[in-house]
Parts: sequence; structure tokens; C-alpha cells
Amino acid sequence: MVSQRAILNGRVVTPEGLIDGGVLLRDGHIDAVGVFEIPNGAERIDARGRLIAPGLIDVGVFTIDRPAFAAGGITRAVLMPDGAQPIETVALVQHAAAAGKPKVWVHPLAAATRGLRGEELAEVGLMQAAGACGVATGRGWIGNSGVMHRLLAYAGALGLRTVVHAEDAGLAGAAVMTDGETATRLGLVAAPAEAEALAVARDLLLVEATGAPLHFRQVTTARALDLIRAAKRRGLPVSCGVTPAHLFLADSAVTGFRTFAHLSPPLRSEDDRRACIAAIADGTIDLICSGHDPQGPEAKRLPFADAEPGMAGAEALLALSLTLVRDGVIGVERLFELLAGVPARLFGLPGGKIKVGEEADLLIVDQDAPWLIESDNMAAAAGNTPFDGLPVQGRVTRTIKGGVPIL
Amino acid sequence: MSNPPPRPTDGREVHPFPHRHLTGIAGLQPHEIAFLLDEAEQWVQLNRATAKHDDRLAGLTLINAFFENSTRTLLSFEIAGKRLGADVVNMAVAQSSVKKGETLIDTAATLNAMRADMIVIRHESSGAVQLIADKVDCPVLNAGDGRHEHPTQALLDALTIRRRKGRIEGLVVAICGDVLHSRVARSNILSLTALGAEVRVVGPPTLLPPAIERMGVTRFTDFDAGLENADVVMMLRLQRERMAGGFVPSLREYHALYGLTYERLAKAAPDALVMHPGPMNRGVEIASDVADDLDRSAITEQVEMGVAVRMACLDVLTRTRRGVTGW
Repeated sequence: MVSQRAILNGRVVTPEGLIDGGVLLRDGHIDAVGVFEIPNGAERIDARGRLIAPGLIDVGVFTIDRPAFAAGGITRAVLMPDGAQPIETVALVQHAAAAGKPKVWVHPLAAATRGLRGEELAEVGLMQAAGACGVATGRGWIGNSGVMHRLLAYAGALGLRTVVHAEDAGLAGAAVMTDGETATRLGLVAAPAEAEALAVARDLLLVEATGAPLHFRQVTTARALDLIRAAKRRGLPVSCGVTPAHLFLADSAVTGFRTFAHLSPPLRSEDDRRACIAAIADGTIDLICSGHDPQGPEAKRLPFADAEPGMAGAEALLALSLTLVRDGVIGVERLFELLAGVPARLFGLPGGKIKVGEEADLLIVDQDAPWLIESDNMAAAAGNTPFDGLPVQGRVTRTIKGGVPIL
Repeated sequence: MSNPPPRPTDGREVHPFPHRHLTGIAGLQPHEIAFLLDEAEQWVQLNRATAKHDDRLAGLTLINAFFENSTRTLLSFEIAGKRLGADVVNMAVAQSSVKKGETLIDTAATLNAMRADMIVIRHESSGAVQLIADKVDCPVLNAGDGRHEHPTQALLDALTIRRRKGRIEGLVVAICGDVLHSRVARSNILSLTALGAEVRVVGPPTLLPPAIERMGVTRFTDFDAGLENADVVMMLRLQRERMAGGFVPSLREYHALYGLTYERLAKAAPDALVMHPGPMNRGVEIASDVADDLDRSAITEQVEMGVAVRMACLDVLTRTRRGVTGW
């Protein structure tokens, strides 16, 4: 039986701009965009004038959290290799890739090194054949420059993009915050913000030496963004992402020892936060990700330094990112490039845009619908969000994966 | 005594101390700090008498939960509680046996279920005391949390200075040494700046926290310059593990550059008061002869004021529970 759905009466976000009309879905693919003849037997979905946009592709999540992804309009998630057992074998890649189906497709990143210890290369070639869309250093930085050099050369030759966490481990030490007034007042161990730029500088030099593509999962400081901006100008194959936390919160959010604001990399100064916004505006930042990492009370209801870093970000990813459109930083078409189009291209994934022939991964969002982010009232596996209590605008009303509604 | 800090005068009834817990100096108004100091004066008198007893806390249970090793502070709180007639229970948790964090909330629930009337907590992690305070029904008093705060130390230091100098406002206070790792320094900076002193922090750049100027102090890395004309020289303890952390090269070098000797002290005001929260590393941050100079050093007096200040805090924080009129 041929399954057909017609989404009607919306404004469609396409690579060519906003188009009034709808999208026709057939057999899990996009069959028509804009104004089209509705086939007999097609299920009709009324978008009620709302935005019809590509399903989000979230790069660098730590957990497969289907309810949160569906609620957030995320149809594909690029999974970090840091599990209880690092994704370092073919079997684990296959397991992770199957874990979200059919509702959400998970694209695992292979552990770059065995046990993510940063010492010996893992079998990245075999894992690529099993479905890994890239390799990643995990939550940590590879301190040994020799290992990093070999990793980039090897993964680059396979056509794999290496995803790195940029924080110089020596400078960062046991820090849980960025140097500044808040850390000093709270008496929390902090490191200079330069820990990030230092790591970025080394990795950029190694990219230059090897020609291998590299993605900084999160870049959060002005200095590091300057380095990446310059590297892109020289044509280096580098890309970077950021989470809404670093776009909309500064280190002062930790005041009161709020462990939900304990993140890695840590929240930065207000100046760095503004630099991230500027880097969104000028295109230095390639994508926005949620960094989805739900942590329950056993990991968060602890003294600040003992609590695990990380936030549950999937559900509010789009609502928070829409702030950039409302503030006039970018247009809505560019926003969905950051949230879907670019991630698909960087990691060679299907979807990411609404175009005839593409996978029918999309969402309907009511751009103006107000709601409150509430820790105690989330679809995610845990409600650890530093945005708890924040009123936002923009609610995903439908999420459709492969032509089938999952929300 | 000089002018007390002004209290708000917008016509409203001002409660002298409207706080349930004492987790830090941060959040206290200057007049509230002064209120605690004023309250402590009566206990200084009582403690100097032969019979040192008052039974206002009779029937109340005070638990001293110390998750970090301490002899002096624990003893001081125990004596303070007993002199006010409370039933004092000490829970000294050896550092090694405490699995941090996950047991902390459970411990708080346990203490709460035992119906303590007041819990005094020391913990190695910044913010741990606040975490417990949010989970229990009785007043919680911070006896030191990580590098964050140690409010009763700041109060006893302020009381010592006020008694010796007759005032705090306008004095130049140099806090010297390992400010980075010191909760004593943070609480003292907050209270002394609130009470109108000019506070300096002096130490090697590796042991001064970034952005410390934002707390209203001046930063010095030259010991002599920092001591110049200081009315109070407050030395901090240097933990020996700082050598391993690469913060300073050696004890010998630290003493040469930042140790308080008579020669160094000569840069300060002629009647400068020398203080130290203890325990001292003699010959490291302070020379023995300076520490033992009864005219200059207030170190034993600080210990004495500690008991009085803690009695005042225990009294004030339990007034609501005891049904004292107006609380």
C-alpha cells in the first residue's frame, strides 16, 4: 500500500527560500513542494499557516532519547561515542545505529581511540563500513599531538570527519568553570578561557598539515572563534558548532551552585557569549546542536564540582534557536541550515532539506506559540536544563520521520 | 566604638537578622553582620567568668556534621553549644570513608529525620552546605565549604579587629598568602568590605584568584607593597600540597617572598595587628617570633572570639524555633 500524506496550508522552508503551500509525502520521500494536486487517498495534515521545516539533525548527542527528540523536532541524531561502553567496535556501531529506528535515526560517531583514552587508534575503517558517519574524541581532548596527527591523517584518508572536544587538558585541569568573578566568588576551580583557543590552535595546525576535515563540536570563546574564522578564510576544511546554552547564558548562570548550569565546556563570560552570537551572524559557526545529555538527580543533586556536566537540550533546541531569528541575527532559512542542512552535508547524511526526492523528515513549528521550559515537565529522560523556568516561543507541533508522524 | 553600619530607615520595621541559615557572609547586610558581632560581646564576658553557662538552648539538639577533618573549629562549636546548654552531638566523618556527594543528600535526610534543631556543617566541596540547607527543616550553619565560605571565621576576625582597633571602617586590612584556595579569605573579604574596611589581597600570582578585584579589593603580588601602612595583617595558611600542585616552588622560597617576619611587618602601620586563622605553619607563612608577640599578634584572641561568635550564631539562628518574642 502506498502511503501518502499531504501537509497543507503552511510556509515551507526550502533551500530556495520560503514557499507558501505544502509538502506531499509519498513512500517516505518528498514528492512535491509548494502547490500540488492532492492525490486521492492521501492523508491531509493542516499546517494552519505554520512553518514546515526540515527535521533537525542534532550533531553530538550523548543519549538516544526518542521522546525528547520527537518533541524537539529532531529526526536524526549524530551520537557521541561516550557510552558506558565507548562505541569502538563494529557491533556497537550497528547496535547504536539501530537503536532509534524507526522513529529517529541515529548516526553513530566512532570512538577515535580505543576506550577513548587518546592513545591507540580504534578500528575506524571497519566502523565506517558498519555505518559510523565520522569519528570523535569523545568528551575529552586528545592531549598527545602525535596521536592526534595520526588520527587526522588516517580518518581523513577514509573521508571521515573527526569531531573533537576543544579544551587543553593541562590548562583546564580539574576546572569546572571559566575563570572570572562568579567562579572566584563561589570558590569553584576554574580555568582560563584560553584553554579552548589553545586546543583549537593546535588542531587547526594539524588540519593544515594533514588536510583532514575536522569539526569542533562546541566552540564557545571569542579567541577560538577568531582562529576558526581565519582558518576558514585560508580554506581549511574545518567546521564548528555551538549549543543554545553558550549562546544565551554566561557563567553568572552558575550563581547559587546551580548544577544544571555545570556544562562542558563550561559557561563563559558575557563577552564570549556575545562573540558566539556574532559568529552565528557572520557564518563562522556552522551548526547549532543541543548537546543532549540528560542526567538524573543522582548525577546532578551533588555539590557543584562533583556533579556531572551536561544538559538535556533536545526539546528546547528549536525554541531557543528561534530567538536568533526574532532578534534579527539570522533569517529563518539560515536557521534551518544551521539546524539541519549543514549537519547533513558535513556528515554525509540524507535529509536536512525539503526538496523533491529527499527523505520525508520534517517538522511543523508554531513560531509564536509561548511555552515555559520546566525541568519537571519534560519529555526527556531527565530535566537537567539551565533554562528551567524560562519562557520561550516556538513549539514543534508535528515531527515527521520518513513520512510517518512521530509527534 | 565608631559609627555602626546604617540600618535601612524607610520606616519599615527592620528585622535584625531575617535569615534562616548562615551559609555565608554573602547575602548579609552590613547591619546584620554588626548585629551578630554585638550579640557576641555578651558571650565574650560570660566566657571570661568562672561559671560559663547559660541554658537558653536547653533541650535543643545541635549536630556538628564535619565531613572534613577539623579539630579546632569542631571543638569551638562543641564548646559554644555546650555553654548554651544544648545537647551536642559530633558526627566526624573521616574523609576517606565518605563517598562524596551521593551520600550527602541521604545524610541530610538522616540528620533531618533525627530532628536536629541546628546543624553545623563542614564539607570539602564548595556549595555542599547550601545543598544540605535546602533539604532540611532546621537552621544550618556553614563551618566551611570547600573554597567558598567560612562565615563564623570572618565574624570572629571582625570581632577581634573591632575590639582591638575600636572600629573596622576605614582600616586597611591586608589578607596575605593563599587566597585562591581560602574560604577564610572569601568570607573575610565580604564582611570587611561590607563593614567599610579597605581590603587588599597579597600573594604570589598563582595563589590569587582571577577577577578578585571584582570583590572590591586591591591585588598585590609584591608583599612589601601590599603591607605598606596596613592596620591589620591577616596571614593565611599555606597547605603543603600546594607545592605538588606547582603553585609555589618550595616552602623556603615562599617564606623568603611571602613569610611574615618583623622586617616585613615594619612596612605596615606601627600598631598593625597580626592575625592568622590557624593552624599556623611556623616558619612558612609566619615567623614564630611574630606569631608569639602578644602586643602585635591577636592569634589566640581570635580563638577566644571564635567561641563567642559561634554562641551568638547558635542563639540567633534558633530564636524562631525557641519562640523568642519578635522572632
